[in-house]
Amino acid sequence: MSESDFLLKNASMADGSIVDVEVRDHRISSIRTSINSELQVIDAKKNLLLPGLVDLHTHLREPGRENSETVLSGSQSAIKGGYTAVSAMANTFPVADTAGVVEQVTRLGKEAGLCDVFPIGAVTVGLKGEQLAELSAMAQSAAKVRIFSDDGNCVSDPLLMRRALEYVKSFGGVIAQHAQEPKLTVGAQMNEGDVSSRLGLKGWPSIAEESIIARDILMAHYVQSRLHICHLTTKGGVELVRWAKSQGMAVTAEVTPHHLLLTDEMAEGYNPIFKVNPPLRTSSDVMALRAGLADGTVDIVATDHAPHPIEEKDCEWNAAAFGMIGLETALSVVAESMIKTGLMDWATLAMRMSTMPARIAGYSEHGSISVGALANFTVVDLDSSWQVDRTQVFSRSSNTPFDGLTLPVTIVHTFFRGIQVLRDGQLTGLKYE
Amino acid sequence: MRSRNLLSINDLSPSEILEILDTARELSRITDGAIKKLPTLRGRTVVNLFFEDSTRTRLSFEAAAKRLSADVINFSAKGSSVSKGESLKDTAQTLEAMGAELIIIRHSSSGAAKRLAESGWVKSHVVNAGDGMHEHPTQALLDAFTIRNHFPEHDRDFTGLHIGIVGDILHSRVARSNALLLSALGAKVTLIAPPTLMPVGVGTWPVKTSYNLDSELPTLDAIMMLRVQSERMNDAFFPTEREYARDYGLGIQRLARLKSSAIVMHPGPMNRGLEISAAVADSHQSVILEQVANGVVVRMAVLYLLMGGASIPTEGILV
Repeated sequence: MSESDFLLKNASMADGSIVDVEVRDHRISSIRTSINSELQVIDAKKNLLLPGLVDLHTHLREPGRENSETVLSGSQSAIKGGYTAVSAMANTFPVADTAGVVEQVTRLGKEAGLCDVFPIGAVTVGLKGEQLAELSAMAQSAAKVRIFSDDGNCVSDPLLMRRALEYVKSFGGVIAQHAQEPKLTVGAQMNEGDVSSRLGLKGWPSIAEESIIARDILMAHYVQSRLHICHLTTKGGVELVRWAKSQGMAVTAEVTPHHLLLTDEMAEGYNPIFKVNPPLRTSSDVMALRAGLADGTVDIVATDHAPHPIEEKDCEWNAAAFGMIGLETALSVVAESMIKTGLMDWATLAMRMSTMPARIAGYSEHGSISVGALANFTVVDLDSSWQVDRTQVFSRSSNTPFDGLTLPVTIVHTFFRGIQVLRDGQLTGLKYE
Repeated sequence: MRSRNLLSINDLSPSEILEILDTARELSRITDGAIKKLPTLRGRTVVNLFFEDSTRTRLSFEAAAKRLSADVINFSAKGSSVSKGESLKDTAQTLEAMGAELIIIRHSSSGAAKRLAESGWVKSHVVNAGDGMHEHPTQALLDAFTIRNHFPEHDRDFTGLHIGIVGDILHSRVARSNALLLSALGAKVTLIAPPTLMPVGVGTWPVKTSYNLDSELPTLDAIMMLRVQSERMNDAFFPTEREYARDYGLGIQRLARLKSSAIVMHPGPMNRGLEISAAVADSHQSVILEQVANGVVVRMAVLYLLMGGASIPTEGILV
């Protein structure tokens, strides 16, 4: 009997049933209404059991920006938020554009041993948008990269984007596009609209996002490849993706928790904690994103967890960095914006935050709670709420826009490959070796 | 004034605006005579914290502070520690440690004044002397002061006055502050610009907009010409300076179509020959130099009210 063998009693499933889950040798060995076993018992106390959440958009900052986050601190932040798999974005220093760097990130993830850390490879060398990175080398490396993104930058050159989409077909890759026409957003600071006109902050028009989405869904379909659209933020973007799906095009899209809850009016006080790329939009965009996530037009929630040190936010708006941390608040923010509003049930939420992201990325050991699967799951208390306190986060950075906000649901336990890495919201110190 | 800072015209009620203008008029009466300097702020320290070059605004604030007997520290970003990467927060805290009680800030980032005043970085009063594309409240106050001098029948209410603001509305903090202030006093404000220089979202402002200067001219009581930055041309906001001047410049022919009672204003510095012709700038309808003079007394009033002058002193220092 290994320490990862246990019996989780009284777990509430998303369909409302109460089950016991037996875990042996890191895998789920049985799921039944009542199991008698010699194993150590962990009482789920009728809290909700969700498959471990899967994030396809995480900035872990290592290598290069260890003052804001490391693979270890990011992993701790992830399991605090109920995630068992995160996808490390490529905009590190050096950029994850070679097999060497993505293998380093994979190795750091395994050393942390708290969740799976899957590197995302850069599409172009140095994220510069000039020349394709060695995508195949990254795909064939130990990191087995399947998602490629220049996130932070848009692959704006149409020819380069076409080539990238074509090239990744040979190994089943997907291009995750940061949709932002750079010529329309030079110096842009916030959503272009009523609020930006009042505040005098340079506007970031919705069309800068939508024009790239429109171009790329057509292009991906033309070359019969897979396109994933990062952090959708506009009503028009949702409409474009809805149309593409109605045409049977192979496009998927994500939305961040903060774009489901916050609007550009948050910029009124010029506090750059609300400065993010892509920017917070209007309430009509928020409503469209919620509707899109509910009906499946938007396939998944992704955090775009973007840690920054204090000095990059404790300044005037223009000087501040773009980005917000989000791993630890994601589930609560989605519960607040989608479940409390009656737009979505928990089974659908599990699809959007675990099953679908795992499917898009090909993370076959994630996204489901079933006999034989690795025991990657999280236990959530639906009846409790908590107040976000930026001084208490597990992330190395504290740039959460939700500080002080009271949000529903708390993560009680997180299990990674059968190891209880989080107990009662605290790190256990255990890890998967 | 209720607030301890002057950050935006939005923070002022119409009665507070009139309080500032009345105080300025009173200060102007006193300092127009033999008395040039008042002892009101003697021993108090005011800092001009200028992250952007603006000699005239800085000099105007400096003159205002000195006429109230305040000590003035001038800080400009060029050649300072800012060019070595020091932040706004550190710079402001350093100056406060040297005794600053009121900080006059000019910064290229919209919201910098508000951020300085409301982030807990400093305890000083903060006056916004222009923040990015956001606001320039003392400019709007001095413009209102100037308009009021020319339309005494509208001393406390601008209802019935039609004021045109012409040019680069999109990037103009002067336009934003004036749109708010003049409409708060009851004026009808029309922003006149090519569509490329009109902000998306301008429909929510308390103003009218027009793309056609000529159709607005006959009804205007005051026309405010904004400076056109030459770099706007490179961003394709308009094809050439010539074309801009043809459609939106104020030359002698257009001046003739204004009411004879109308005044011509410009916040300076002017591009003579672009947004305004030399003949118009020097015409008898031009009040551009009055604006400069009024800037000093209006800024005196702001400093005086923020730093706690209870009543206007009747005695001054003979200079």
